[in-house]
Amino acid sequence: MSRHLRVLRPGLLTTVQDLGRTDWRHLGVAHAGALDSDAARLGNRLVGNNDNAAVLEVTLHGPTLQLESPLRIALTGAAVTARFDGEPVPGGRPVLLPAGTLELGAVRGGARAWLAIAGGIEVPEVLGSRSTDLRGGFGGLDGRALRNGDRLPLGDAPPSDTARLQSVRWWIDPGHDEDPRAPIRYLPSTHAWSAPLARRTWKVSASSNRQGLRLQGDALPTPKADGISEPVAPGTIQLPPDGQPIILLADAQTVGGYPRLGHVIAADLPRLAQCIPGHTLHFAAVDAGAAHRLACAARARVARIGVMIDARVPAV
Amino acid sequence: MSRSFVCDIEALADDAWLLRFGDQLDPQLNARVHAIARRLGEHKPHWLRGLVPAFASLGVFFDPAADPARIHEELLALLAIDEASVADASAQASRTVEIPVVYGGEFGPDLETAATELQLSPQQLIARHSSGVYTVAMIGFAPGFPYLAGLDPALALPRLATPRARVAAGSVAIGGAQTGIYPRESPGGWRLLGRTPKVLFDPARATPSLLLPGDRVRFVAIEADRFADAGQ
Repeated sequence: MSRHLRVLRPGLLTTVQDLGRTDWRHLGVAHAGALDSDAARLGNRLVGNNDNAAVLEVTLHGPTLQLESPLRIALTGAAVTARFDGEPVPGGRPVLLPAGTLELGAVRGGARAWLAIAGGIEVPEVLGSRSTDLRGGFGGLDGRALRNGDRLPLGDAPPSDTARLQSVRWWIDPGHDEDPRAPIRYLPSTHAWSAPLARRTWKVSASSNRQGLRLQGDALPTPKADGISEPVAPGTIQLPPDGQPIILLADAQTVGGYPRLGHVIAADLPRLAQCIPGHTLHFAAVDAGAAHRLACAARARVARIGVMIDARVPAV
Repeated sequence: MSRSFVCDIEALADDAWLLRFGDQLDPQLNARVHAIARRLGEHKPHWLRGLVPAFASLGVFFDPAADPARIHEELLALLAIDEASVADASAQASRTVEIPVVYGGEFGPDLETAATELQLSPQQLIARHSSGVYTVAMIGFAPGFPYLAGLDPALALPRLATPRARVAAGSVAIGGAQTGIYPRESPGGWRLLGRTPKVLFDPARATPSLLLPGDRVRFVAIEADRFADAGQ
């Protein structure tokens, strides 16, 4: 019997995401994928999926979902208010739920959370990924965010049966070691005009989305000449003519014409996923060696948590 | 930043290098970009995770778990490419794709005003736009959006001061010194001369994009009553 989730309320912006599309950049196809790939990976581990299974990315306020059969789920990312038929659902661990209603409310202490479900969200793969490309209008659920009445197909998972909510007494902290106020580390570009990004305080603008984090502050000086478009990537810090930087995120276009100030290092990209409008940001420049060391350390940390999960999950 | 004898190399991301061959819209620089991209694509080093050829630069994405210093070294070796092989690669790449276009009317709402601005008749503008041979210098902005180099400089037109909220899919347009085609309905500020029934980008096709970086393109004017048939 095929399993489904029914969407009773869609939440503010809930999308199907896996680890993204990598092979089609030369045709202008965005990477897309979970804004915090570590949170998506670990959520999948908690429910026994492979790392690239599709999860739901929840933005600021979550959806309400009707479970038609018992399911194993896990919540990662920022803390999110979650209730199952009125009973609180703990995050950061596998939780077994019977048929019923899972209600996700406000995301706290960040902007986004991820809901992993055993078997994964089994929408068709488009260009090698199940991620929603909102601008391209494909992938995920018809290339759009969830709506009332949607039915999400679920992949096969080991049979689970329960009459009540069951969780475990251990949990992971998929959050990052960093103090949220610690500066975002970036590798400055080599242009002579590279602006004093790190010397100012920035606020995250309400017009930010999955394509980019728009910052507001004292305008930076912009170079006179208009450059020609060059490749960009998630993490690229662009400087439009108004002097207010934009940090590109997973849904970024593949090329851009604005001058580039540098890029946010891979280890700090997941932190950008949690910036709510009004959040204050500082930057600190690092060199390529430090960026590489920090990326390796972040990967090792996720791998360690993954091993810990794998050792315990069979016992659930 | 480091230099090979053909380009500057700097970090684009922790898992990508940016190879910059110049900062001009120059057909020769662009041909070099496509030649290097093709060479990397054929060589397929195990760490390669994607290429983004642009006007005069190339994004090279690699396996984030690989050592960037080693990849940098291997890249330098692969960049040792001479002018003759650039010319060869460019000749081999000369796949020419014909794009049928209905110019003017509801298909190209800016044709008349654009012609007036250029001091041409609409027929002259159509004749000159459709006599060019263009090169897909870059695909970007949206999936499958080709930036076509080779526009007759006399046909360059400024973008609209206020972009349209909706440009129809398939619209053939001029923006500055370039011409391009909108793959799907989207906002846009380029001047719309006509529309093609061809589907520029379909994620369900094996090769999703009708045009590939480096392709040559010709526009063929067709009558409005052939719009539906010419899309097949």
